[in-house]
Amino acid sequence: MEKIIFRKFQIESKTFWMMFFGLGFFILVGYLCSHYMETEGHYVTGMNNQIVWGLPHIFAVLLIVIASGVLNIASISSVFDKKLYKPLAPLSALLAMAFLISGLAILVLDLGRPDRLIVAMTTYNFKSIFAWNIFLYSGFAGILAIYIWTMLDRNVKKFSRPAGVFAFTWRIVLTTGTGSIFGFLISREAYGTAILAPLFIIMSLLYGTVVYFLIVKAINYFQKTLFSEEILQNLRKLTLLFLFANLYFLILYHVTNLYISKHLDFEKFILLDGGIYTIAFWVGQVVIGLLLPLFILFRDENKSESSLMSATLLILVGSFLAMYVIIIAGQAYPLKIFTNYEILESSFYDNVIHTYIPTIWELGLGLGGVALSLIIVLIGIANLDFLPTIIKSPEAKKVAESDS
Amino acid sequence: MSTDIKLTRRGFIVKSISVLSTVYFIPDLFAPAQAAKPLHEEVKSDTKWAMSIDVDKCASGCTACVDACVEENGLYGFDRPETDSQWIRKLTIKDIKTDKVKVVPMLCQHCENPPCCDVCPTGASFRRVDGIVMVNQHTCIGCRYCMMACPFKARSFVHENLTEQVTTAPRGKGCVESCNFCVNRIDHGIPTTACEEACMKEGHKAISFGDLSDPNSRVNKALKIKQNRRLRADLSLKQRVTYSNI
Repeated sequence: MEKIIFRKFQIESKTFWMMFFGLGFFILVGYLCSHYMETEGHYVTGMNNQIVWGLPHIFAVLLIVIASGVLNIASISSVFDKKLYKPLAPLSALLAMAFLISGLAILVLDLGRPDRLIVAMTTYNFKSIFAWNIFLYSGFAGILAIYIWTMLDRNVKKFSRPAGVFAFTWRIVLTTGTGSIFGFLISREAYGTAILAPLFIIMSLLYGTVVYFLIVKAINYFQKTLFSEEILQNLRKLTLLFLFANLYFLILYHVTNLYISKHLDFEKFILLDGGIYTIAFWVGQVVIGLLLPLFILFRDENKSESSLMSATLLILVGSFLAMYVIIIAGQAYPLKIFTNYEILESSFYDNVIHTYIPTIWELGLGLGGVALSLIIVLIGIANLDFLPTIIKSPEAKKVAESDS
Repeated sequence: MSTDIKLTRRGFIVKSISVLSTVYFIPDLFAPAQAAKPLHEEVKSDTKWAMSIDVDKCASGCTACVDACVEENGLYGFDRPETDSQWIRKLTIKDIKTDKVKVVPMLCQHCENPPCCDVCPTGASFRRVDGIVMVNQHTCIGCRYCMMACPFKARSFVHENLTEQVTTAPRGKGCVESCNFCVNRIDHGIPTTACEEACMKEGHKAISFGDLSDPNSRVNKALKIKQNRRLRADLSLKQRVTYSNI
């Protein structure tokens, strides 16, 4: 008879510390980069008065979007009561927590005044979706902590379903809030549409699912955890479904913009003559991020794990470029201040397509953030019983004893 | 003796909460400092500062308004045009239908429904009752969301350490800033902006500033002479800066 028990990450001490210090190095570099940007000022970055949000925001928004989506597995287990996923739920919640914290860390460290975080935490303008997001993000972290507790502690296990339902609801609102950061910007043609909210939700579902798969595969490289063929095939189906949904909402977003006549020039810019931005959109967001993974998953009749892995890697590259298009290209297109006039000259670059070349400091901060999320996961699974493992029943007691 | 000074658990909790709440709440009991609050009187709600710009009077090649703004607010740059602050700038524009070329000063439009204030998470971007939209340099966290929201690109982010600040216009690295209708002048009873003054000195008189509530103000006179219009009227922001001959 087989039994599922939760175990800590069984990894050699040397390998653990190598990973720990490797990730720690990136985190240190990330912090030093942000410190340099703070002391010198943002002129050392590629950001300026034209492109005000840059590479750190691409990393931060992507990590926050992933944080919401990676909770899928826990949601399927708790909200939709699928027993198959129950053992995988705690890890899913841990990942959500890790990606959320790291995304927020990047956002905060890129502020002009990161030392005023306390102001952001105590002074609110409730008309601002940004202020709401501060509540949504910190609330999500708290809810996740409770959710993880209810899943890991047998004494409070009965509360795990309501906690899961609450976390599910919260994260849908959270991603709506993240999408609305852009959706509420009425002045820029790339933004200012409510479709961005559901687009962000569907992106989070896709990216979260593949990131979960990738991390479980990485853990399985060291330690055999429960990851049945059935779950693998289900993740594959989910990925396919989310790819289609993503494509649908992306088309809908652009068709809506094409329908609004004052946004036509922007659409022409993104779809036809925007140079690097058009390439990033078609090659990165559409082909690499959506069409190729769809093609690979459809074409593979054996439904192998390797095809899902290829699709996953492509989707992740595409996700980064999708954020690049949304965040950078949206700002690169100049504001239309005059309706009947063309701007010929300006000392403030009002009449040009803005360019953005990130510097090493921004990249360092972004990679430091990614490393932070991974180190949180590493510390979490190494110290708490997050990983479901199948063992024969008589051995269970022995393993449990040796683990404790 | 030692029992007299023994701190019980209850005592410790009560004292800790008392001290912490004192530290936390006392600052809130006093009215917080307000940036650019009038020195000798309250900001009046019946005062409505506004500006009218006659584009036909704005001379090509003239940068008097820009220079005056730089001097008034200490906006000395670092020869890095992409990151240096600009509170007012001159644009050369061409009518799409007639090909007629004009020059236009562009600055914060001091909207009655300002998107920058709507999006600011801390409320650092705020609108005074007299209509001036400005940034509280003490609570701006430098998120730049207001810059994303402004339809006129009127805001600048301070990208580096400042050395030549003027005492009348506090600025700081890592904060966002923009035209504040020379609020320091206004609050000291000088009802003109540096740009308007410079434009008048040059003899162009393209900029007219004043109180909309005062029928004799320069801005009201300018509004009576020529029909003014708002930029991006489709956004319904009700800007207090309006343009004629555009």
